[in-house]
Amino acid sequence: MELNRRDFIKISGATAAGVAVSGLGFDLSQVKSHASMLKTQYAKETTTICCYCAVGCGAIVHTSKRGDGRVINIEGDPDHVINRGSLCSKGSALKQLTENENRLTEPMYRAPYSDKWQTVSWDWALEKITDRVKKTRDMTFEKTNAKGQTVNRTTRIASLGSAAMDNEECWIYQSLMRSLGLVYIEHQARI
Amino acid sequence: MTNHWIDIKNSDCILIMGSNAAENHPISFKYVTQAMDKGAKLINVDPRFTRTSSKADIYTALRSGTDIAFLGGMIKYILDNDLYNKEYTAAYTNAPFIVGKSYGFEDGLFSGYQKNEEGPSLGSYDKSKWAFEMDDKGVPKMDRTLTHEQCVFQLLKTHYKRYDLDTVSKVTGTPKEDLLTVYKTYAATGKRDKAGTIMYAMGWTQHTVGTQNIRTMAMIQLLLGNMGMAGGGVNALRGESNVQGSTDHCLLWHIWPGYLKTPRASNDSLDAYNAKWTPKTNDPLSANWWSNYPKYSVSLLKSFFGEAATPSNQFGYNWLPKVDDNGVYSWFDLFDAMYKEEIKGFFAWGQNPACSGSNASKIRKAMENLDWMVNVNLFDNETGSFWKGPGTDASKIKTEVFMLPAAVSVEKEGSITNSGRWMQWRYQGPKPLGDSRPDGDIIMELGHRIKEAYKTSSGVFKEPIVNLKWDYDTNGVYDPHKAAKEINGYFTRDITIKDKLYKKGTLVPSFAFLQADGSTSSGNWLYCNSYTEKGNMAARRSQKDAANNIGLYPEFAWCWPVNRRIIYNRASVDPKGRPWDEKDWVIKFAGKEVGGKYVSNKWLGDVPDGGWYPLENPDGSKRADAKQPFIMQKHGHGQIFGPGRADGPFPEHYEPLECPVEKNYFSSRMISPTAAVYSTKADSHATCDPRFPFVGTTYRVSEHWQTGLMTRPQEWLMELQPNMFVEMSEELAKLRGIKNGERVNVSSARASVECTAMVTKRFKPFTIGYSTVHQVGIPWHYGWRWPSTGTEESANLLTPPAGDPNTRIPETKAFMVNVTKL
Repeated sequence: MELNRRDFIKISGATAAGVAVSGLGFDLSQVKSHASMLKTQYAKETTTICCYCAVGCGAIVHTSKRGDGRVINIEGDPDHVINRGSLCSKGSALKQLTENENRLTEPMYRAPYSDKWQTVSWDWALEKITDRVKKTRDMTFEKTNAKGQTVNRTTRIASLGSAAMDNEECWIYQSLMRSLGLVYIEHQARI
Repeated sequence: MTNHWIDIKNSDCILIMGSNAAENHPISFKYVTQAMDKGAKLINVDPRFTRTSSKADIYTALRSGTDIAFLGGMIKYILDNDLYNKEYTAAYTNAPFIVGKSYGFEDGLFSGYQKNEEGPSLGSYDKSKWAFEMDDKGVPKMDRTLTHEQCVFQLLKTHYKRYDLDTVSKVTGTPKEDLLTVYKTYAATGKRDKAGTIMYAMGWTQHTVGTQNIRTMAMIQLLLGNMGMAGGGVNALRGESNVQGSTDHCLLWHIWPGYLKTPRASNDSLDAYNAKWTPKTNDPLSANWWSNYPKYSVSLLKSFFGEAATPSNQFGYNWLPKVDDNGVYSWFDLFDAMYKEEIKGFFAWGQNPACSGSNASKIRKAMENLDWMVNVNLFDNETGSFWKGPGTDASKIKTEVFMLPAAVSVEKEGSITNSGRWMQWRYQGPKPLGDSRPDGDIIMELGHRIKEAYKTSSGVFKEPIVNLKWDYDTNGVYDPHKAAKEINGYFTRDITIKDKLYKKGTLVPSFAFLQADGSTSSGNWLYCNSYTEKGNMAARRSQKDAANNIGLYPEFAWCWPVNRRIIYNRASVDPKGRPWDEKDWVIKFAGKEVGGKYVSNKWLGDVPDGGWYPLENPDGSKRADAKQPFIMQKHGHGQIFGPGRADGPFPEHYEPLECPVEKNYFSSRMISPTAAVYSTKADSHATCDPRFPFVGTTYRVSEHWQTGLMTRPQEWLMELQPNMFVEMSEELAKLRGIKNGERVNVSSARASVECTAMVTKRFKPFTIGYSTVHQVGIPWHYGWRWPSTGTEESANLLTPPAGDPNTRIPETKAFMVNVTKL
């Protein structure tokens, strides 16, 4: 069952109203009837936490067990103790973030002075990145600073990222960057 | 957040200031309205009437950048009218501490100031001038009656004497009667069984006085006895799903996982490092929790380097990079260095700095100086494609760019930590779309390749790379459970603690078991207890509430530290261990009492913030085995006087770098004397300049998220919020002859951005001093890459090159603009 655009706007508006601006006289029965239609019998059901703000609302993802194995629907998780099934407009549109034709699906490369992207393989991209990291690091590594103190670092490579990663990814990422000697390690929390 | 989302329902008075929770954290409002249904008052203070304001009992406006004036007035009101919680203030805060005679404050400057001619910092303080007086045992001198003329409480009174209603109103533009209504309503939470809470966000952080905005409120919360209480606390509404976790794991230049310090160059050995950063106290009543610092730092080094980290090589301490003692490597400084051609390689991982950083034109220009960039994201963005952005000539830009496609969160497994410190596990639904990959897979493979390159060929200082522990995969695929266990930590050899044997490889039950001798490894002591032999605590789903029935849900997910849902909760009880609020109690002492003395130790409710005995027995006698409740503070007390801050121990009002007034009514200092202001030719600013007469601020809408990079490529959300707009009052629109829906130019000293005019009643002109000041608001969700018209640009092209002295967070909430018809 696909939602059309108008239904979506109605639902997200009504959901937000139910949560944030109750008492405006929206008819919530529409939300309930849509939610029940979207129960998907032949799908894998997994729980997730919304990827936008840090309230940490729970959602249920239905993934097709047949055909393309893609997301059929994402809706609020009624058993999640924070949001109890409610989602805002962005959370209600989570499916469209996942099943989106604008997403990047292949590694791409832009050569110096080029005006276009070219598609490349993961193997090629990671090999070249490894080469660039090693060359820059080895050429610019400082064992000591201007005062002669041991610093073992490079200030010529910088990293930004990322509050969009999972905890475990953040941890292994900082461990890799620090092992390379980076000191310019920053991310969204600074802004 | 010291508390958590559900806890908002327990509040008696909710102040939303520096946030628009109804639109930017919509589900949080479920708990605001639940509190209101039970009789709580909602106060909203915002330059603009928002959907949050529409639900408030009391709404009033202030000019952007004047929050300290507003709240300083509240401190004065609380003190003048004796509305503070006297027992709490005297027992738990540093209000009784005696400050040394070298402390002083005159005309906007604290003692110990030195101007800095080189920049970007305008100046700095010698903080030793603000030290407490110590007794002969080395414990701060105190006067619990709060009457000593040099005690913090008396200095506080003197400092805020100047923040009278007339002056505050002249600065903020808030009518005096509104100030009084807000002060009176919020100060009512000073009663012992009442709790007030604050919900703030970027409206407070993004200022050159951001840290002190929040400190002013924290001081109010201490005076009113609201810290540690259900429905109280200081609550930052964080804006990204895992920005709490990414901060805890310290993807930041100045800290290591678990808020340990990044080593300075002068910390030339592990011993020197631990000695420097482990605070010491001589007060037997202070827990001084950070005295455990070496246990956490050594356990972290073990997690970096595993078996290669040994006592003989200082656990690999010198393999890790050191920063210069006075160096600053923050976001602003990073792009300043890049602009000055000092950075060659750059990872932009799940980030879009071309639209998110203040003064974004400088950032975009700086990226042209790079040799290479790795951009990992879900969608093509303004950062990865900067070389074809507006005004660029690709044929002149040398930068190689690798754009790597990442998987969406529902396509992978792992945990994130919400604003209430809850770590929650997510599962994989579909496989990653096309040839996209989870970030974890990309990081693991890149790490393997770099390690291999250093193993098989010559290279500089190989040790940290070849010795890096890098086994977070199963059958060649990244395994988040292995990384989660590394973060929690495990015993590295058989060891007996408190008569119990823990075998090598056993997961450490909690950070109380961590050791400084290498027998434990833990990637982040704060998360030690999250993944134990009992299982993955973050994946728990129990619907059962705790005995106090205040919505703690202790077995739903997991929260740091040690699943304590409300931190500083030892301050929610009086010195005898009895809750200030019997109804919505957080913890209470339930040990046995014999003859007016406690003889056994037991606490009920939330995990107590340290399980020591209460400070006093039921008969009022003091206990020697007790601890003060603020266990993370060296002296165990909440800091009304904050001698560690870069810009002064008490918050003081200064104007933003760009402001509409020629005079600061509180002193002759205009901008914070310690703010960071950048000064390349790409860093212009203009204050009190007739070319830019209106105050500008940035904000968000519900339908987009951050730079919009994840929401602008979505059809439905784009239809709901299709373009860049500037919101202005009817008065300003009339003044400039602008009609609602017309396209206009918004310009600052740095750039000009085309916007659709949105004329509303939600902005009203302010009366500041004796003149009228208009303010406009712009959302920061747009950028040229999406929508494909390329006409909707980033608000951050307009925002200023200045940041907070403590954090260097940019001042994107208050700057000066002009609005003209196209």
